[in-house]
Amino acid sequence: MSVRSKVIEAIQQIAKEQHVTLPELSDDLSLHETGFDSLAFAILVARLEDETGVDPFTISEDAAFPATVGDFVRAYENVPA
Amino acid sequence: MSPREIFALRDHLGAELKGRTLSDAHDVVSLTDILSQTVLGGRLHELSGRAVLLKLSDQLRSGLAMIELDGIARRMLLCPPDLNPAHLDVLIADAGIDAVVTDEPDRWAGSGIALIVTAQLPLQATAPAKTERATEWLMLTSGTSGVPKIAGHTLEALTGVIVAEGPARGPVPVWATFYDIRRYGGLQIFLRAILSGGSMVLSDPHEALGDHVTRLNARGVSHISGTPSHWRKLLMSGSATQFAPRYVRLSGEIADQAVLDGLKVAFPNSSIGHAYASTEAGVGFAVNDGLEGFPADYLGNRSGVEMKVVDGSLRIRSTRTAHAYIGRNAAALADADGFVDSGDIVELRGDRYYFVGRRGGIINIGGLKVHPEEIEAVINRHADVRMSRAKSRRSPITGGIVVADVILADGTDPGRAKEIRDQILDQCRAQLASHKVPAVIRFVEALDVTPAGKLARTDA
Repeated sequence: MSVRSKVIEAIQQIAKEQHVTLPELSDDLSLHETGFDSLAFAILVARLEDETGVDPFTISEDAAFPATVGDFVRAYENVPA
Repeated sequence: MSPREIFALRDHLGAELKGRTLSDAHDVVSLTDILSQTVLGGRLHELSGRAVLLKLSDQLRSGLAMIELDGIARRMLLCPPDLNPAHLDVLIADAGIDAVVTDEPDRWAGSGIALIVTAQLPLQATAPAKTERATEWLMLTSGTSGVPKIAGHTLEALTGVIVAEGPARGPVPVWATFYDIRRYGGLQIFLRAILSGGSMVLSDPHEALGDHVTRLNARGVSHISGTPSHWRKLLMSGSATQFAPRYVRLSGEIADQAVLDGLKVAFPNSSIGHAYASTEAGVGFAVNDGLEGFPADYLGNRSGVEMKVVDGSLRIRSTRTAHAYIGRNAAALADADGFVDSGDIVELRGDRYYFVGRRGGIINIGGLKVHPEEIEAVINRHADVRMSRAKSRRSPITGGIVVADVILADGTDPGRAKEIRDQILDQCRAQLASHKVPAVIRFVEALDVTPAGKLARTDA
């Protein structure tokens, strides 16, 4: 499974659990518009770390948190292997 | 003659000793004529008035030495098997130790402690000793990572509840505990066995659980105690099916409804009770209605134990609490009114108080305080869960999140893991605030239990 589909699948799973109705997940969608609160993002990052072995937001101290779904996915795609 | 008669352990062992035994995995010692035998090589008189460190590698000799030393030594410090040797020097200084009872005399040769007495089996004949004084019993607290604190007790305080309850009804009990008798919970059972006219079967940390249960059965154990973690381990092992004690007791950790219900199913004909006790606060109370928590009307003064809740934590005042922490820099054990703060946080729901966790065990989730035990209690209610542990994990988003490790009940189809995970999460969402719902649930084969029988929370 590609990194992108892993991320999207995890977002959808957490949305289901948190009873969040997601809009269509385009790259331009701002993370704010997903309806996720900070707890939902924290869950997402933790689960993706378990699945992929990386947490791109902790690796670098000054890593900016992404603004859009596309940025978020790329943060995982761009982690050096 | 002292104004008040002093009872030492030997004075409780006067009559009806026939047929009673103290045993471990290797030896059975008959209590018949125990008062005219010695585990100390006949050197008890040398220990009169001394501050004795009891540092033995097994519980059987420890128990026999306690019977001899009580009423003779000025104080005795009980060392549990998991005591970090690096802490010994501080403890020896704080307790003013001037004699050691050991089974490794060579190790103490150059220690600077002048009097080294070797404890040995088989017992040797000796003249019975007479009680000289009320010996101070020094016990170490568990659960702290630094040097344990020394809590000072008297035999009278340690046995207050046992004497108050009187002898057990029905046939003479055979006691056992998963605890070590050099810990408060285990010592309570040892003292019950000595005072109540029964026998006792000691645990052995090197014995497999199945073999232990076989031995408990072979010796006819009828009354047995352990922590909820001990009991969950037994329920998971499948060994419980061969065992039918009359009385099952839980203490030392929160007994949640799931473990109480699990034990009721495993032991349908047993009385099951959970007791509240700690090294410092002594025995507070026992709950025998099969429900977690305790009735709210236990607060106030009840058979000599006064309890109140201040700032969420349970405070206890009674003659059964320890009387002081021992040592040069020891903190006060009780407040000005004599109440010991247990550090156990309780919450009133309806007409019952429920334990929610330890004050020191709080995890911080995005600035909100969370007791891991409260989350575990909800997870454990799932029928396929045997045991769980909640802890915090750092998060770049919220600072921390809750994650949980879960052991599934025996024989659960691994193919159902996803379904069970979803059900646990649903259950948590229905009963817990959202920040307490685990972000990640991991299924694991085992969870660490400390030598004191408590779920390890070292990284909490």
